Amino acid sequence: MSFHPKMAYDATFHKSTRTLADNGPVFTFTPENRARLDEIVTRYPADRSRSAVLPALFLVQHQQGYITGHAMRHVAEILKVTPADVEDVVTYYTMFYTKPVGTFVLSVCRTLSCAVNGAERVVEEICNHLHIKPGQTDASGTFTLIEAECLGACDRAPVIMVNDAWQELQRPEDIPALLENLRQHGEAALTGCHHVIEKK
Amino acid sequence: MEPIITKYVREPNSYTLDFYLQHGGYESLRKALGTHTPDQIVEMVKASGLRGRGGAGFPTGMKWQFVDKKSEKPRYIACNADESEPGTFKDHVIMERNPHLLIEGCAIACYAIGAKVAYIYIRGEFYHVQQVLENAIAEARAKGYLGKNVLGTGFDCEVYVHRGAGAYEAGEETALLESLEGKRAQPRNKPPFPAVYGLYGCPTAVNNVETLANVPLIVQHGPEWFAALGPEKNGGPKLYSISGHVKRPGVYEASMDITLKELIFGEQYCQGMRDGHTLKAVIPGGSSVPILLPDQLDTQASFDGVVKAGSMLGSAGAIVLDDTTCMVWLAENLLHFYRHESCGKCTPCREGTDWLFKLLRKIESGQGSMRDIDLLSSVATNVGGKTLCAFGDAAVTPVLTTIKHFRHEYEAHVREGRCTCPADWRARQPVGAH
Repeated sequence: MSFHPKMAYDATFHKSTRTLADNGPVFTFTPENRARLDEIVTRYPADRSRSAVLPALFLVQHQQGYITGHAMRHVAEILKVTPADVEDVVTYYTMFYTKPVGTFVLSVCRTLSCAVNGAERVVEEICNHLHIKPGQTDASGTFTLIEAECLGACDRAPVIMVNDAWQELQRPEDIPALLENLRQHGEAALTGCHHVIEKK
Repeated sequence: MEPIITKYVREPNSYTLDFYLQHGGYESLRKALGTHTPDQIVEMVKASGLRGRGGAGFPTGMKWQFVDKKSEKPRYIACNADESEPGTFKDHVIMERNPHLLIEGCAIACYAIGAKVAYIYIRGEFYHVQQVLENAIAEARAKGYLGKNVLGTGFDCEVYVHRGAGAYEAGEETALLESLEGKRAQPRNKPPFPAVYGLYGCPTAVNNVETLANVPLIVQHGPEWFAALGPEKNGGPKLYSISGHVKRPGVYEASMDITLKELIFGEQYCQGMRDGHTLKAVIPGGSSVPILLPDQLDTQASFDGVVKAGSMLGSAGAIVLDDTTCMVWLAENLLHFYRHESCGKCTPCREGTDWLFKLLRKIESGQGSMRDIDLLSSVATNVGGKTLCAFGDAAVTPVLTTIKHFRHEYEAHVREGRCTCPADWRARQPVGAH
């Protein structure tokens, strides 16, 4: 279906497309994560456990790296909601992954303040180095590149979020060293947020 | 004006409870609980003229007064820490370097409207900030500033952090409540407003981080002191986030009688444009407001002053652009953002943002025709004002404002069949190559 004869829909963008997530392996929370979730549920009124869907999905992702159909049903059972309610949430928010991602997810901010400071070239540099396009994972399964929208640190543009940690003020020429340092030292190689740096 | 909210943010331990207590922390809460009734606090905030710092500038005291006190349901404070507006990063500083000020503000707000729980809805990307906040809440709770029987007054108050997962739309107040309930962040129809039907259908006040951080100051120093800090109806300290092509981008605290020009060129602020370049345009309040040109910057950077100049203060996140910026590219960049972030609930916005983006990409890559420029205006005017929330109006603003001020650039793109203003910080590959 087309909204306008001159503007045909292409295959890459339509929000109502529904693809079911893979079932994946059997999923149950580890005892620690289960205890953590049980604590989080107490923060909300007794009959409102649905509020814990987002925190529960972060726990799934923390444990398994991405969210499978099995995990969604497990979360639904614990929180007493339907699996469709959980899938609804998973497919809406961009920080939930329904496919395996690399060890390091590089989210490069591409919105205006970062873009005018060279974020487009940072993305190009990462693409060239890893031989991937945004949205893809490199052959070794180490890096996934994502073009993210404004991360909220526009004074330290361009910003890259690596998993949950930050790397600020990145120029294209810094990229080879950043990737190498991540391979060698993991997230410890990152600068973090500048407000944290000032503590030292 | 001396910084007040950000006075100590560069001190090494500014985020700890000990540091906060040494600098008069939680005295406002003690004063509020000890010597004021909840209604007196609401009256104080009304008298101070505090306006919401999230974007709309609605008087906070009024918002609290509208909270339905007759309802038998519990009441809630929802703190909007979703800070997703492009170019805005002020709440980030407060939460990371002065978290107890926000927590104290939440507690006083709970007392004022008769709530027992405040939820701070923080955006998913601020994981490191969430850790700081949760530690601060645990510290405050252990010392009796939160929890049951706060400071022995019989007042119960809990503050919880709720992490979002990457949705700009969650910054809209009703979408935030939906997300807090564990659903998609999509807006509700208004009315009923959250003050009557908010979180879990209960009366709720949704306030921005910076707004709540101002509340302890009002209780401590009085509403007259607060109102006198700025021009009429724009009282109090204000945080400005300034980014883009300036020498010293960052968060600056000032009174709202400062001008935009001083913020951008002032020696103690951004110190002007990067060397060898001149100012082309400023987006003064996050990406969703009309552009101001260099000759419009003598305006006061207050809620009312920026409106007089033809734009809006919004979240006070100013993006400053120099002469290397192509305005068609700018609109395309922002529409990429809005197309990605549209929640999909209202058809004009969901389809319109996609359509606008495709037209802009077509023109930017040199494939456009003169009719496409008129089509852009036509699509944009059919999105604005036709959606449940303000997203639709926000999304078409970059298109309408660039066509209004820079139509010649659009026409040059069409005439020459290429981008007429390439810059050395843009992608090397042609637009849309990946």
